[in-house]
Amino acid sequence: MTELSKSGAAVGEPAAASPAPTAFLEVRDLKVHFPTDDGLVKSVDGLSFQLEKGKTLGIVGESGSGKSVTSLGIMGLHTAGQYGKRKAQISGEIWLDGTELLSADPDYVRKLRGREMAMIFQDPLSALHPYYTIGQQIVEAYRIHHKVDKKTAKRRAVEMLDRVGIPQPDKRVDSYPHEFSGGMRQRAMIAMSLVNNPELLIADEPTTALDVTVQAQILDLIRDLQKEFGSAVIVITHDLGVVAELADDLLVMYGGRCVERGPAEKVFYEPRHPYTWGLLGSMPRLDREQQERLIPVKGSPPSLINLPSGCAFNPRCPYADVPKDDVTRTVRPELTEVGSKHWAACHMSQEQRERIWTEEIAPKL
Amino acid sequence: MLAYLIRRLFAAAVMLVVIILVVFGIFFLVPKWAGVDIALNFVGKQADPAAVEGVREKLGLGDPVLVQAWEFFKGIFAGRTYAAGGDVTHCAAPCFGYSFKTEQSVWPVLTERFPVTLALALGAAVLWLLFGVAAGVLSALKRGTLWDRGAMVVALAGVSLPIYFTGLLSLAIFSYGLGWINGEFVPLEQSFTGWFGGMILPWITLAFLYAAMYARITRATMLEILGEDYIRTARAKGLKEQVVISKHAMRSTLTPLLTMLGMDLGALMGGAILTETTFSLPGLGQKVLDAIKNHDLPFILGVVLITSLAVLIANLVVDILYAVIDPRVRLA
Amino acid sequence: MTTQRTSGRRKQALAAAAVVAALLTTAACGGGGDDDGGSGSKNGAAGFNAANNKVAQASEAKKGGTLKFASTQDADSWDTTRGYYGFMWDFSRYYSRQLVTNKTEPGKTGAEVTPDLATDVAKVSADGKTYTYTLRDGITWEDGKPITSKDVKYGIERVWAQDVLSGGPTYLKEVLDPKGEYQGPYKDKAKDKLGLKAIETPDDKTIVFHLPAANSDFEEMLALTSASPVRQDKDTKSKYGLHPFSSGPYKFESYNPGKDLTLVRNTEWKQSSDPVRKAYPDKITIKFFTNANDLDARLIAGDYDIDLAQTGLSPQGRTTALKEHKENLDNPVSGYIRYATFPQNVKPFDNIHCRKAVLYGADHVSLQTARGGPVAGGDIGTNMLPPAVPGSEGQKYDPYEMAGANKSGNVEKAKEELKACGKPNGFKTTIAVRNNKPVEVATAESLQASLKKVGINVEIDQYDGSQYASVIGSPSNVQKKGYGIIIMGWGPDFPSVQGYGLPLWHSDYILDSANNNFAMIDDPKIDGLFADYLTQKDAAGKEKTAREINHKVMEGAYYLPFVFEKFINWRSSNIANVYTTDAYSGMYDFVNIGLKNPKK
Repeated sequence: MTELSKSGAAVGEPAAASPAPTAFLEVRDLKVHFPTDDGLVKSVDGLSFQLEKGKTLGIVGESGSGKSVTSLGIMGLHTAGQYGKRKAQISGEIWLDGTELLSADPDYVRKLRGREMAMIFQDPLSALHPYYTIGQQIVEAYRIHHKVDKKTAKRRAVEMLDRVGIPQPDKRVDSYPHEFSGGMRQRAMIAMSLVNNPELLIADEPTTALDVTVQAQILDLIRDLQKEFGSAVIVITHDLGVVAELADDLLVMYGGRCVERGPAEKVFYEPRHPYTWGLLGSMPRLDREQQERLIPVKGSPPSLINLPSGCAFNPRCPYADVPKDDVTRTVRPELTEVGSKHWAACHMSQEQRERIWTEEIAPKL
Repeated sequence: MLAYLIRRLFAAAVMLVVIILVVFGIFFLVPKWAGVDIALNFVGKQADPAAVEGVREKLGLGDPVLVQAWEFFKGIFAGRTYAAGGDVTHCAAPCFGYSFKTEQSVWPVLTERFPVTLALALGAAVLWLLFGVAAGVLSALKRGTLWDRGAMVVALAGVSLPIYFTGLLSLAIFSYGLGWINGEFVPLEQSFTGWFGGMILPWITLAFLYAAMYARITRATMLEILGEDYIRTARAKGLKEQVVISKHAMRSTLTPLLTMLGMDLGALMGGAILTETTFSLPGLGQKVLDAIKNHDLPFILGVVLITSLAVLIANLVVDILYAVIDPRVRLA
Repeated sequence: MTTQRTSGRRKQALAAAAVVAALLTTAACGGGGDDDGGSGSKNGAAGFNAANNKVAQASEAKKGGTLKFASTQDADSWDTTRGYYGFMWDFSRYYSRQLVTNKTEPGKTGAEVTPDLATDVAKVSADGKTYTYTLRDGITWEDGKPITSKDVKYGIERVWAQDVLSGGPTYLKEVLDPKGEYQGPYKDKAKDKLGLKAIETPDDKTIVFHLPAANSDFEEMLALTSASPVRQDKDTKSKYGLHPFSSGPYKFESYNPGKDLTLVRNTEWKQSSDPVRKAYPDKITIKFFTNANDLDARLIAGDYDIDLAQTGLSPQGRTTALKEHKENLDNPVSGYIRYATFPQNVKPFDNIHCRKAVLYGADHVSLQTARGGPVAGGDIGTNMLPPAVPGSEGQKYDPYEMAGANKSGNVEKAKEELKACGKPNGFKTTIAVRNNKPVEVATAESLQASLKKVGINVEIDQYDGSQYASVIGSPSNVQKKGYGIIIMGWGPDFPSVQGYGLPLWHSDYILDSANNNFAMIDDPKIDGLFADYLTQKDAAGKEKTAREINHKVMEGAYYLPFVFEKFINWRSSNIANVYTTDAYSGMYDFVNIGLKNPKK
């Protein structure tokens, strides 16, 4: 019940007695649980991170690891979209620019959505309403937060379409989503997200539905726009390649928890968790054939209702038996600092991991 | 859009011709092959041979099949004259046949009765859309609650209870019992309030059945639509939930409802027959029942045709509305 | 609208709701608590069976008001030449007159003939072949012109135009022109279209009929609606039924087939010229319903006065009405006999003993129950002459003891007959029954069950009832399908053995299609008796012959009668001078019904 009361918190209720945030976005011990007939699905189970303005955080993980749920949690879309009895249970703290969102008035959070924080979704075809023109949808997004007439709003829409590189924006503004190509649709989606100059932009798998050449263009666009607007950006992906050049920090999620977190170059070049190794190993690279992936992550993602005891990754981990006394199967590893601002949750000792990485994994990549 | 419209119209016209021929075949040719003498249905219990011969002559039953079909078809566009025994009967275009039971041309009677059925159908449609969709949306938004379960139980009852049951029950309670409503049909020209009073129970009865169906469909569709990505997008924009539901979700929910409405309005005949019979409304449904009871073939034929026409037109209107609502359809 | 009236109607309305409630649940609600002793006085109704073969409340009928009929069935045609439904003949007396008509008196007397347009009944020649009438003074059409003998002749001539005016009875045609020489008025070469030789009109007041052969029922035939006058310049041929030109006290104001019909006073009609019609109400309306239960409820609620079709209340309405409004009901004999008949062209029914085996094997009580029991179904039928037909002996003539010793079936006797038939172990056959008559299907099942006990195994074939003229009306089809037993019913066209039995039992009436002599009776003795009947001069002679014909038919064991049908008929508390008449097979005589309170 306490979790529920937090999600539907009353106006002005002070946040739990905890230190004031230092970063622009600070997530503390976020939990998002969904009650179902089979049990409680713990999609996110105690996630914490920080993000500064002008920086980009990449959240990486398989589908079902809780990365999308995290982003929807920040946006407050779990509570807004739930009807009937089965509401999501959310707890923890989400501080955005000094305000705690989970305990704030839902209508206050709604007003932040689209203006302070905006989101780009994975599949722009299904994420855009098929019955309204691109222009109508952008105009709507703009006029929610700006008291302007439709004409002004439409001018703004054309301007935004132009900015994201859509040719003949004054004509295309009256087109329907199905009349656009995939890449164009994602550009339009980005235009819609940025129409209110949000301070936080969350891009959830922004390129997954697109083909490779278009992917690169979209990523370039996001980077350029971030520079221009100075927003904080979270890019959520299952593909490390997407965030390789984009992200300042990386957060690797597994089974609803963070397993490794740190500056991008650290996580890429000195990864300290076997799951991250797997992700790196399964990363498609232009200079390699896909069949040559050396360290694929075998097995399937864990059940979020009954996570494996101990380290959640242990059934799939080739090194589960390296630590002594079966500790991987009985004790859940905590995040420990493995370098400057670099954390990982693994029972193996620093030396063991360094050795395996440098001797066994890195040469094959 | 224009090309789409022309294509639909053309298809409808072709369909109409096919329907006329098939219907004619069912009613005039199939009995012939089955060895049933249609003419015997038109004469009395003494069946004087001259009478049977007279009917054959009038209806042209002795002519070759193709001639009969052609005469029938021609009559629709050019009118037709029946002559037998020194009696000449003219049936003006559009001649959908002539009833020798009641000595009436089919078409004027149908057009006279059609407004009653139309009023029944449209009035009921307004009711069932209003209540069915509202109940469906509410149920979807309050999924799993007592309200949702209650509404769906009522809807299940509405779908399963036959019209003559709900109709008689409403008559028993409101008309004979409480005496609130007269419950008898009064033509609109005579008195609006009388007409309204006579139509209200039939509307409710017919609407109850369909409202139940629409509530269930609306609920299911709404739940599906609420799970769509573009609804999440709408929320992510910061739209108020009411706007998300009423603007974004409703418009999509309307599409399948519209398809259903088109088919239901056209194919309402079954419900209309029962409702009109229960409440003795002088509409098409009552006429077709009378016609079946009296073996009045031309009327049965006429009603089948006009019903097919209604289905055709309703589908055409739906196709067009569909294109208005869903821009993707215009390409098809 | 006075308060008194409202409360009275409310009470009835609640009762009507009970009808529907009874219909919606089969649960018997034992009480009936607010029954106030069954005395008819409370709401003014005359009492149970008060109008059955006697006049109810004759003195309470007042002039004026609107008499409201309701019906689920429109007439086959309102054209006097084309109508064949009993209620149409009954109702047509409002707007059409004949030379002679049935007496406006209850019961048997109602079946007698009385002068109408004519000054007296016919002067019949000694050989019974010439009938002469003189027309009364002051008889007029609705436009005020006098009705002449030529109008009567023209009206009768229309019966010959069967190719245009199908549907009505054709007795006059068969009696006056058995060879079919006349082509009918529409093909008549004569200028005045009065080319029928059998009828002479020496002047406007005199009409003479010349019959090729005597027919003792001829005057009854002239009392049929199909002998009504029609004026040539008003004859719209096949469309005449939409607006018949009135010779009676009322004329058509409006008619929408299947919806409603309104008659208003014919102001040209003079009471002094009409010895028969009282013309109490100012207006007569019919409203057509499609829902029989709704109709019953509205009758019981007092919204309408009387059922036009006179087929009785439906089972649900009947139950409530019997319990709570018995004083508004009559239980007359309908004139119909419901029966099974045995086509002789289907083996083994060519053998009389096999037919008798069925007669003895049948359980007559359970057949009666299937028809609705003694009140709603009727008394067990014991012979083939309906009680309303002169010469009838009712249950007194019971050659097979169907209402007596054998009423629950006599297995022994049935087996004896089977042995005599050469089928000691029984046989198999098929019952043909109309699928649109649930009661007939129920009787077929009852018959099937009782015959099984004697070793006769029957299959029931439910055929499309609307196609009966082609299905069982075709002897070759009956033979092909092996229909050994056909379930049907029959009522008299006019109350005489000729008007009832001629098409059923005379060998001339065995037809290839639309046959009604299903048993294929080809008995010279029966044919001879019919011939005798036609030359009978007095009622006693006619009755005697009718009895003889009936006995011959029963001795041949061609028929298994189920019931002498009865039904439950409703009359509102506001109508007076009501009675049933044998002229219309136990229906109320419409023409002289009046309202007690014309303002209601």
